[in-house]
Amino acid sequence: MIEIRWHGRGGQGAKTASLLLADAAFNTGKFIQGFPEYGPERMGAPMTAYNRIDENEIRIHSNVYEPDYVVVVDDTLIGTVDVTNGLKKEGAILVNTSEPIEKIRKELSGYTGKVYTLDATKISLECLKANFPNTALLAAIIKITNIMDRETLIKDMEGSFKHKFARKPEVIPPNMECLTRGFDELNGGE
Amino acid sequence: MAIRERLSGNEAVATAMKQINPDTVAAYPITPATEIPQYFANFVSNGSVTTEFIPVESEHSAMSACIGASAAGARVMTATSSQGLAYMFETLYIASGLRLPIVLVNVNRALSAPINIHNDHSDSMGARDAGFIQLYCESNQEAYDNTIMAVKIAEKAKLPVMVCYDGFITSHSIENIMLMENEEVKNFVGEYNPEEYLLDDKRNISIGPLSLQNSYFEQRKEIADAMVDSKEIIKEVSEEFYKLTGRKHGLYEKYMLDDAELGIIVLNSTAGTAKEAIDVLRSKGVKAGLLKPRCFRPLPYLEISEEVKNLKVLAIMDKADSVNGYSGPLFSEITSAMYTSNVKVPTVNYIYGLGGRDVKIDNIFEVFSDLETIAKTGKITTLTNYLGLRGE
Repeated sequence: MIEIRWHGRGGQGAKTASLLLADAAFNTGKFIQGFPEYGPERMGAPMTAYNRIDENEIRIHSNVYEPDYVVVVDDTLIGTVDVTNGLKKEGAILVNTSEPIEKIRKELSGYTGKVYTLDATKISLECLKANFPNTALLAAIIKITNIMDRETLIKDMEGSFKHKFARKPEVIPPNMECLTRGFDELNGGE
Repeated sequence: MAIRERLSGNEAVATAMKQINPDTVAAYPITPATEIPQYFANFVSNGSVTTEFIPVESEHSAMSACIGASAAGARVMTATSSQGLAYMFETLYIASGLRLPIVLVNVNRALSAPINIHNDHSDSMGARDAGFIQLYCESNQEAYDNTIMAVKIAEKAKLPVMVCYDGFITSHSIENIMLMENEEVKNFVGEYNPEEYLLDDKRNISIGPLSLQNSYFEQRKEIADAMVDSKEIIKEVSEEFYKLTGRKHGLYEKYMLDDAELGIIVLNSTAGTAKEAIDVLRSKGVKAGLLKPRCFRPLPYLEISEEVKNLKVLAIMDKADSVNGYSGPLFSEITSAMYTSNVKVPTVNYIYGLGGRDVKIDNIFEVFSDLETIAKTGKITTLTNYLGLRGE
């Protein structure tokens, strides 16, 4: 079973990203769970969302305490929230940041596993002219976890976007660009 | 052909309601049940159901409208949580007292105060004597299945049914689910033809007149009998559902219980976490097992007593506190049933997860570890334990 924890701020789309990841894994035939930890829902307040992905039916119904992977949607959370808490050292953390990887690693309270970065905010601003980093991050975490290959991801997400944006087809190409750039511009892994 | 999908618990239940296409839905939004009337209102405005949707101004009115519509002869459903169910309280007894087969989906949430939107079972446990059949659900799949079966159970038993599942944990979590075809659901629930109803122009009847010393008692006995009889109805409907879907639902579910020495009884989503814990313990040679009641009303008290009689020790877990200076409701009722069935197994109570306190697999290991100690020493130090309390 793969367990993933998302750290974001209210309104940044971490919940949506966790649901999209669940969708992607579901489409490959897996059993999935996707759920946010609901607190006082305020824009900008730290929030957490979770995924479980498995070959078999998932029966456990608690939060995730020892994730295989962590995704940090907003790098200003590092230091405020203990983002590597319980993270398996054979796992990995993905941070949305414009900072160099070595700087991020130093801030991760001695985490010895793999660290990845992606400037998903920059990608989103360039492609969508707005800050919705989750599509690029989704592609990156799918690459890291190897849930599906690049080609399958593109095909799968194109289908989802066509459904989701049926009334605004003009937003599909920029979202697809976010997706492919997120996949291709992922840094790190050391 | 079953349809492989991934849905949240609320989406699954709203989908079931769409497939059932009841005559009337009256509901008022409350977290975490809000999405059900929200999705359903969409189905109404999109024309995917022909239901009369009544957006009432409170839960008291929601149940009152359901009672009126049901007495008139309609197939009726509603959904609520927590304070909403509490606000319905007096009308719940009217629904069952008038023998109206209303289906109420209750997304379990804690009661105020302090105010809290998260899961425990205080709301439905508070309504346990209201004459509703109560079905509890571990997963989105069970919430979907029970909602569909509830319609048929209610109409056969002539009692209202409450379908209960965990707020947020089940209601807002996306999971895999197998849906039935629309036609399958339509055929399974069939057409509702009540024997007696107010809008029957061939018979003039009165529903709900004054009933005093010379008749009230007999009518209450009929309700008590109907609850007893509903056990067989639940079994029949579940068997029919099993033949259609391959998914088996009894009055309760057993997991690794038959040869178990250490057993726990727990409702809803925590049962899934307990199954995971039991697999781990079994791999270490610990004979752990689980009994998960699906029906709390009617309580299969003889059957449960029989199932637990060979255990060395039993823990009964309550996600609600009766605040009675003694124990939680599940513990009180099941130990009482064990006593009257001459089943003597050392039994302890755990109050857990109130207000959405997360129930970790470690919490379940802790319970089994306590049970091992009791089995070895034969001594119960604390009868009613509060599991996962901070500072313990």
